[in-house]
Amino acid sequence: MTSESNDRGLIGSSVLRVEDPVLLTGHGCFVDDVKLPGMLHLALLRSPYAHAKITSINTATALNLPGVEAVLTGDDIGELGIPPRPMVRGMLMPKFPVLARGAVHAAGTAVAAVVAQSRALAEDAARAIEVEYDPLPAVVNAEEALKPGAPLAHEELDSNVCYTVTKKGGDVEKAFAEADHICRMHIVSPRLVAMSLEPRGIVANPQAMGQELTVWASCQGPHRVRADLAEALGFPEHRIRMIAPDVGGGFGSKGPLYREDVLVCFLALQLGRPVKWIATRSDDFVTTIQGRDQAMTSELALKRDGTMLGLRTRVVANLGAYLHSSTAGPPQRMMAMAPGCYQIQNVQVDVVAVFTNTVPTGPYRGAGRPESVQNIERLVDMAAVELGLDRLEIRRKNFIRPDQFPYLTGLNVEYDSGDYEKSLDEALRLSDYKGLVRYRGEARKRGELIGIGISTFVEPSGGAGFESGTVRVERSGVITVLTGSSAHGQGHETAFAQVAAEKLGVTMDQVAVRHGDTLAVQQGVGTFGSRSAVMGGGAMTVAVERVVEKAKLIAGHIMEAAPGDIVQTEGGFAVAGVPEKNLSWRQIAGAAYSGRVPAGMESGLQETAFYDPKREAWGFGAHVAVVRIDRETGELKIEKLVLVDDCGVLINPMIVEGQVHGGVTQGLGEVLGEHMIFGEDGEVLTGSLMNYPVLRASDMPPLLLGETVTPNPFHPLGVKGVGEAGTNGAPAALANAVLDALAPLGIRDIDMPYTAPKLWAAIQRAQSKPGTE
Amino acid sequence: MAAQAESLAVSINVTVNGVKHDAVVEPRTLLVYFLREDLGLTGTHVGCDTSQCGACTINLNGRAVKSCTVLAVQANGAEVTTIEGLAPAKTLNPLQESFREKHGLQCGYCTPGVVMVAQYLLETNPNPTEEEIRHALDGNLCRCTGYVNIVEAIRLAAEKMRSQHVSS
Repeated sequence: MTSESNDRGLIGSSVLRVEDPVLLTGHGCFVDDVKLPGMLHLALLRSPYAHAKITSINTATALNLPGVEAVLTGDDIGELGIPPRPMVRGMLMPKFPVLARGAVHAAGTAVAAVVAQSRALAEDAARAIEVEYDPLPAVVNAEEALKPGAPLAHEELDSNVCYTVTKKGGDVEKAFAEADHICRMHIVSPRLVAMSLEPRGIVANPQAMGQELTVWASCQGPHRVRADLAEALGFPEHRIRMIAPDVGGGFGSKGPLYREDVLVCFLALQLGRPVKWIATRSDDFVTTIQGRDQAMTSELALKRDGTMLGLRTRVVANLGAYLHSSTAGPPQRMMAMAPGCYQIQNVQVDVVAVFTNTVPTGPYRGAGRPESVQNIERLVDMAAVELGLDRLEIRRKNFIRPDQFPYLTGLNVEYDSGDYEKSLDEALRLSDYKGLVRYRGEARKRGELIGIGISTFVEPSGGAGFESGTVRVERSGVITVLTGSSAHGQGHETAFAQVAAEKLGVTMDQVAVRHGDTLAVQQGVGTFGSRSAVMGGGAMTVAVERVVEKAKLIAGHIMEAAPGDIVQTEGGFAVAGVPEKNLSWRQIAGAAYSGRVPAGMESGLQETAFYDPKREAWGFGAHVAVVRIDRETGELKIEKLVLVDDCGVLINPMIVEGQVHGGVTQGLGEVLGEHMIFGEDGEVLTGSLMNYPVLRASDMPPLLLGETVTPNPFHPLGVKGVGEAGTNGAPAALANAVLDALAPLGIRDIDMPYTAPKLWAAIQRAQSKPGTE
Repeated sequence: MAAQAESLAVSINVTVNGVKHDAVVEPRTLLVYFLREDLGLTGTHVGCDTSQCGACTINLNGRAVKSCTVLAVQANGAEVTTIEGLAPAKTLNPLQESFREKHGLQCGYCTPGVVMVAQYLLETNPNPTEEEIRHALDGNLCRCTGYVNIVEAIRLAAEKMRSQHVSS
């Protein structure tokens, strides 16, 4: 499938990023840096109540404040809302207006909007709006929301259940009937905040008497957001130019269309002026989709020797109050990879997705993967303990073997390739596992709480439809790559240029990678779900191959040689065996744009591919963690963290390492303290960085990275995704390490985050029980 | 509005990246917004509203400070350096270079603040330990890098700057 190319070693080399100089000198252009003549600013008044009827809104004072151009409430703008995207057939879809109409269903819901000449004036005016609420009972916890008599999150709906889905394969009943042993477990994953450093924001500029709209938005996929925006506004999609400028992180949370996006565009069109809205961090905490918050109840059926026979899991997922386009997704991702890296053909997963009076959830780095890994990996450790087996051996016994790939799981999902023992062995080697076991044994003799944890996991990547790539050789022979994979920190401009340059036989400075502008780039999907290298890289590679094929035909035509005799050279093409007969890319392009092409061939030198392999790429890895828990204070210290990831062929190892570092750190946040908490009335208790503890530099343990390389046999570059690997594997390894440390106290079950007060309380409870230790 | 704003306006004189600016600001204007909106120096970023994230860090009279926690009027008569002023146009200083060489940035949003803090650290402590580097960074949040390569970049920059100092 690969074209012949000069192997100049660009693919696989840690090329420094072309993005960096601009960002390092403050010359990036993020959405808040966009400033237009006559631009107005939007501010929103948000509800402090999670669930309440709005009984009155008085905007008179605000309207009369200086600099105020417009004040609107939900009733002023009518049906404007986020368009429904029924991801699951028959799912319940509450109305999702851009401004509350009659009632609010989550704290932070905007009830009134002000447009003014400056941000400060808009915020002043928003504070001058008076709203009276009639509070209603709220429901916060998804499992509570399913109980009889629980308050309804939406009074107009007759249930809190958005959807239920069951996936089943094999003969689960038989497996459980034949089991020697059944492990049972209940895990609740904490709700997390994506917290990209740049809060969301948008600028809309109406042009051509309101017939055109240019929009700058901090988003992960401008084409998808544009389509949803067009539908929400009833404005033609092809007259919206959507630009994702430099984007300061997203981690899944900047995927969907948001209420403020619609509102800003609507107001810009209404007022005929550019309008800007930039979220404060406080706005972001109550409006941007949050992650995790899945409760999982599982049973693992085993033979006495540790052979896994069957798995049953029930997932109760908290969707929050409203449905963004991606909100329904993570529980299904959790479900699809439930058996992890084990041969379990008898599987049943039930998902119950539930509305509550909380901020909507959706994909956040991992997006169901960390929950799923946590679920199966904690179950496997529990099985080892309960059956008295070694936890490495139980894993090895049940791993899908390398000769079984492509492997169809019990849930009818195909894994492309893998070698799970190889990555486990490498992680054990790097961590000096035997030494660790000795270390733990000695520490335990001294009464210290030391634990070792392992997770072996899969990291599905790619998918979510197609991705696009265009490769254009310009008249001067330089190359433009247009990719639908709109980057926000992942370094596509570097990594994609490495691939294109290598395959075209040119230097990297001859390639410019463009993304994030719907006017320039053909239809695309975007960057999320560890998909860019696989999907965007795949699309670009196919387009490159097509350009090379066409260029060879042109070269053969001009040099009067058979196309089969044309070979690629440094910077162009030559006749095989006759190196003096050669043409540069510039000469080929000159021919292509002046009609000197073979009869029947179109002029020009540009190819586009819409790549859709109809399969995901299944990376994998093994993580090993060592923790120490202070018996007196409950404080958790991570002494060692070894991360072996396999993402197939590496395009740029430096960037891959960076992805692992970042992913792990977000995973460690979940382990060590991150937890978005709502009070029992749905009030926001952790709505700022003062009480939501994102990890700081001195919180970080040392990380030891390793790799194995198992190329993806179904991909033109052999790559798999890696963006979420760290988030997926490390928390499960740490959970297992914490439970291992606490095992001497008889503690067998404790959920993340492992804060000192939580661990301290668990230790106190355990020690007060007679007969422990 | 105009009348009200004018009546409250305060004249300030600030030197930013070596250039003197006479300006009139509202008393409530934060230094970060003065730099971004009035002077167009948009390299200084805003990432939170509680002075936690450090994306807005600049150098004020020789010290690294969060410019979201200083009023523009408090900078009257001051010397300010922002990320745009660290190196001559179109060049990187040794610290910025080190961030590139060690992949100390991904999305780049926290980067200006992190670099400004690191620059201050190295000016006051040319040979910091890893612990001192991490401690210096504790007022700055990065959500992309896990700080691993930020620490590496600062270490490399310290080496470079020390050897430059010796050779010059």
